[in-house]
Amino acid sequence: MRACNITRRFWKVWYRNLVVNRQNWKVSFLPPLLEPLFYLLAFGVGLSSLVGRIDYGGSQVTYVQFIAPALLAINIMNNAFFENTYSSYVRMYYQKTFDAMMATPLTLEEIITGEIFWGATKSFLATLIMLSVISLFGLVSYPSALLILPLSFLGGIAFGSLGMVFTGKVKTIDLFNLPIFLFITPMYLFSGTFFPLEALPSWARLLAYTLPLTHLVDMTRSLGAGRLDASLLWGLLYLSLFCAVFFPLAVAAMHKRLIA
Amino acid sequence: MDTRTVSPSPPILEAFHLRKSYGSFTAVDDVSFAVPAGQCFGILGPNGAGKTTAIRMLYGFSPMTGGALRIFGMDVRDNLRSIKARIGVCQQENNLDPDLTVFQNMEIFAGYFNLPRPLARERAEKLLSFVALKNRRDDKVMELSGGMMRRLVLARALINDPDLLILDEPTTGLDPQSRHSVWQQLEELKKGGLTILLTTHYMEEASRLCDRLMIMDRGRILVEGIPSDLIRTYVGHDVIEVAEPEPALLDFVAEKGLAYENLGHRVMIYGENRNTLYQEISSRCSNDGCILRMATLEDVFLKLTGRELRD
Repeated sequence: MRACNITRRFWKVWYRNLVVNRQNWKVSFLPPLLEPLFYLLAFGVGLSSLVGRIDYGGSQVTYVQFIAPALLAINIMNNAFFENTYSSYVRMYYQKTFDAMMATPLTLEEIITGEIFWGATKSFLATLIMLSVISLFGLVSYPSALLILPLSFLGGIAFGSLGMVFTGKVKTIDLFNLPIFLFITPMYLFSGTFFPLEALPSWARLLAYTLPLTHLVDMTRSLGAGRLDASLLWGLLYLSLFCAVFFPLAVAAMHKRLIA
Repeated sequence: MDTRTVSPSPPILEAFHLRKSYGSFTAVDDVSFAVPAGQCFGILGPNGAGKTTAIRMLYGFSPMTGGALRIFGMDVRDNLRSIKARIGVCQQENNLDPDLTVFQNMEIFAGYFNLPRPLARERAEKLLSFVALKNRRDDKVMELSGGMMRRLVLARALINDPDLLILDEPTTGLDPQSRHSVWQQLEELKKGGLTILLTTHYMEEASRLCDRLMIMDRGRILVEGIPSDLIRTYVGHDVIEVAEPEPALLDFVAEKGLAYENLGHRVMIYGENRNTLYQEISSRCSNDGCILRMATLEDVFLKLTGRELRD
């Protein structure tokens, strides 16, 4: 990947996706609006009474308070990852959108950057909606929770880059099942999302801390609870490094796939 | 006299010893050609001849294994972005944006060239009426017919007002009406001075549009030249075709030392001014499967690339 191949022109690719999305925004905004409601209903009313209170950061929180920020983190992961796998793959393989773009002054690097930034934008927009819903129930504290918004963009770039690596590698669209089964589902369950990591044996806890979602959950939880401490910086460092590794890998994988 | 003939302007496109290999397979092998400004240059060849691979190298889809390529006097390796800003490309596969309307396809595509929005809109309107799609401007691409999609691809390729138009099999799969309409539009663009490079396996298309052409097969150039010259050199002016020839006729043809090709059920006799010969042969024919016609590019093509099936 050559950095000089990325100019501001990548926003044109991003803009193309925005224009398309504006036409069906009502459908795409429904999941982030309804999903937290479903979860809060299921866990808040259903499971909460079984679980009771959870010890978090030295104080007792309700189960719903515990999982609400994690839902935001999962939402950030899913929006970018699914946009830059299934949707990007459809544009690349079935619609030949990237082929048409590559015959213009756009570089491949700009196309991929535009796609990943679009995935991050979807994470951001979904977070904006979901955070509003969660706030109505008084489950996060302000103003620190506002920092979840820029964080959602960074997280979106991290998970979008990861998704784009798979888009560059899979032979058929059905094979996305594999990374979802191997990475996304385990992260969804074991990143301190629905139970505290302290419940796991230490080796599993260490393993969990290699996963990006664990760090993202830690951060949304801290920001949601209004706890601004040094652990946030570690999370930030981890996510930035993750982007610095997987973004170039994504470009390289797509380069190998499209330019032969 | 035109001053340009005295000091000819440099060619728009020059390819020197282009080579492209995938592992041990060589798709394009030592291909050199030049496209002068204002001309239409054709690359002909059967399926798998290397036509598409050759032109994919022009817009950076496929890095060359060897050779050099200059477009507008610039090396493609170092100036791809500025070169791509000045070319229009119609790829073989339909890659219109199905998520957008006809007009949005034009507008968004103009954005990739950094065209300011008012200019983009103005050009989009003008080009849509050029390809007779103005009344479909708000339709989704998927609602268009195959011919309309091709015309839209052409209009989209012109949005940056290119100095070179590259067309990869522009009329494959179209009905005769649509094909003629695309040809008419391309002829109009030629008249306006646009330089065009096209690949095709329709000989009629090549004869009608191309000032010069080359015939490729198995990655190499077989011949290059002006269509009428190629016909004269390789086939002659006339062709006599005899269906189901009798042995006596074959003996006659061989005895006379004529240039001919025996396809089993059909024999083709080539040459100049075959009128008298035609009288002679048709009188010897017991059946009426004997015709005299003008030689075409297709005769050259089949003579040079052979008649066996390719895929």
